[in-house]
Amino acid sequence: MPYLVRRVFSSLFLLFGVSLLTFVLVDFAPGEFFDEMRLNPQISVKTIAGLRSQYGLNLPLPVKYLHWLKSVAKGEGGFSFAYNSPAAPIIWQRAQNTLLLTGTATLFAWLIAIPFGIWSAARPGRAPALLAGGTISTLLAIPDLVLALLLLLLAVRSGYFPVGGVVGLDFSQLGPWSKFKDMARHLFLPSLCLTVGFLPMLLSHIRASMVEVLESPFIAAARAHGIPLRRLLLIHALPAAANPLISLFGFSLGILLSSSLVIEGIFGWPGLGQLLIEAILERDFYLVVDAAIFATVFLIAGNLLADTLLYALDPRIRAE
Amino acid sequence: MLEALHLYKRYVQGHWYSRNRFYVTALDNVSLNIGPRSTLALVGESGAGKSTLARCLSRLEEVDSGAIRLEGRNLLSLRSQELLAARRNIQLIFQDSAAAMNPRFSAAEIVEEPLLIQTRMTRRALRQQALALMEQVGISPQSERRPACEFSGGQRQRLAIARALILKPRVLILDEALSSLDSATQEQIMKLLLDLQVSLSLTYLFITHDLRLAAGMADHIAIMQAGRIIESGSISTVFLTAQHPYTRLLLATIPGIQTDPSTSIQREQ
Repeated sequence: MPYLVRRVFSSLFLLFGVSLLTFVLVDFAPGEFFDEMRLNPQISVKTIAGLRSQYGLNLPLPVKYLHWLKSVAKGEGGFSFAYNSPAAPIIWQRAQNTLLLTGTATLFAWLIAIPFGIWSAARPGRAPALLAGGTISTLLAIPDLVLALLLLLLAVRSGYFPVGGVVGLDFSQLGPWSKFKDMARHLFLPSLCLTVGFLPMLLSHIRASMVEVLESPFIAAARAHGIPLRRLLLIHALPAAANPLISLFGFSLGILLSSSLVIEGIFGWPGLGQLLIEAILERDFYLVVDAAIFATVFLIAGNLLADTLLYALDPRIRAE
Repeated sequence: MLEALHLYKRYVQGHWYSRNRFYVTALDNVSLNIGPRSTLALVGESGAGKSTLARCLSRLEEVDSGAIRLEGRNLLSLRSQELLAARRNIQLIFQDSAAAMNPRFSAAEIVEEPLLIQTRMTRRALRQQALALMEQVGISPQSERRPACEFSGGQRQRLAIARALILKPRVLILDEALSSLDSATQEQIMKLLLDLQVSLSLTYLFITHDLRLAAGMADHIAIMQAGRIIESGSISTVFLTAQHPYTRLLLATIPGIQTDPSTSIQREQ
């Protein structure tokens, strides 16, 4: 069976396993959405039992799981008790906000880390390498939470950056350019905070991979044959250093939905993180299951994409 | 042809902020001279400084002092474009040919790349020249698209030779180029190198720790120990009348070496 077909099948199997496990674990967690109603004397036990029966919470776990699978096939992903609507559309709307934030941050982190990492690796022991080392250490030493609070302080004091939300209240009345500026201003601080969080990890991986490759004999051989530095770095060293970086890229795509929980909370960004926390507190069963599985889908898809890229780009993997 | 004069090179061990810094001398007043179309074998144990000398001669590393002359021109005084042009004339072939080739490149790409960046030839002309050279060193042009990792050790060494030859160099530095091959393949590559030397008027610096290979390839030999050349001369002179105890020790380790002048080791013509 071809490598990629095997990988897709194993990913689907993994997804099935994770969905089953998530479903079981969330079901085993104590309490459920209708528990709070029991404290209200105006709601009878019979009404609560009727509601549980209506939403299928009284069914055995395997039956509930099968009903949920059918609902997923219809694109509903179960039912949110708190929002009184199918869970999947709510998840998708919030996930779009999260993806906008984390996607922007990941993109900028990679755009900064790749040239900076290559530059510092090409000049070992000199100013760029020392600068990269200093940057990594400094950024690693600043906790995300502290940085987020400092940026929040900046936003409040300067008044230039809005705090909370994806867009302003008058967004619908703005022209296209003004809409873009409004969204960029809302996006700037939380994405800056996330970028700064991602950057040291990416930078240290890129630098380490490049340094290792630049010390390999085929680079020495290429230098001996007179290959100029730019070609040496971009055509020889970077593709050779790419394997761990492609895996890291897959991982960074995989955590797009789960990497911004804290930042979303601090900056009032209406993303999946906030929704998940609300759903857990309210024991909104299907919303919790869907959010966890949606994040897993991204993680598996990121890894699958990384494996596909490795297969396409490295002849040694194809030869295996 | 290639002359090295009073080369010194030392490496610093330890960090700049450490009190425990010390120096390791890799080249200590090394001088040698290789005539046109001849082969000098550089023999010594691991850590003697042979590969450092090879890297310095090809300017992969800079010496601390001394001079390297190729046909009378001091290579150490050349900068950027001049150096790029001069590098064409000295090419290096490494021991581990598998590690010395970009695993993502095909055979033809490996061979043609040095020429690609040094000339303004069309892709088609480049490829034709690479395929012709591959054929000359015994690699079928049909395997032009195969990546280097799919070739055997001997075939990879032939590819490395083709890559070095595509720039039409005057000097080839063979840094333990035969050491990782089995005896039969060593024999084939040695024959190929000797044939190429005659047909292309090449000068070789043949670095090895194997005196038998040195005897088969070279007409002159230099023995290196701890960064210094301790003895040099023609193969027959050094083999038959070795002066330095270390050279005699090396010769004593080879079974079957005849020290009788009447059976002196002669390079195959």
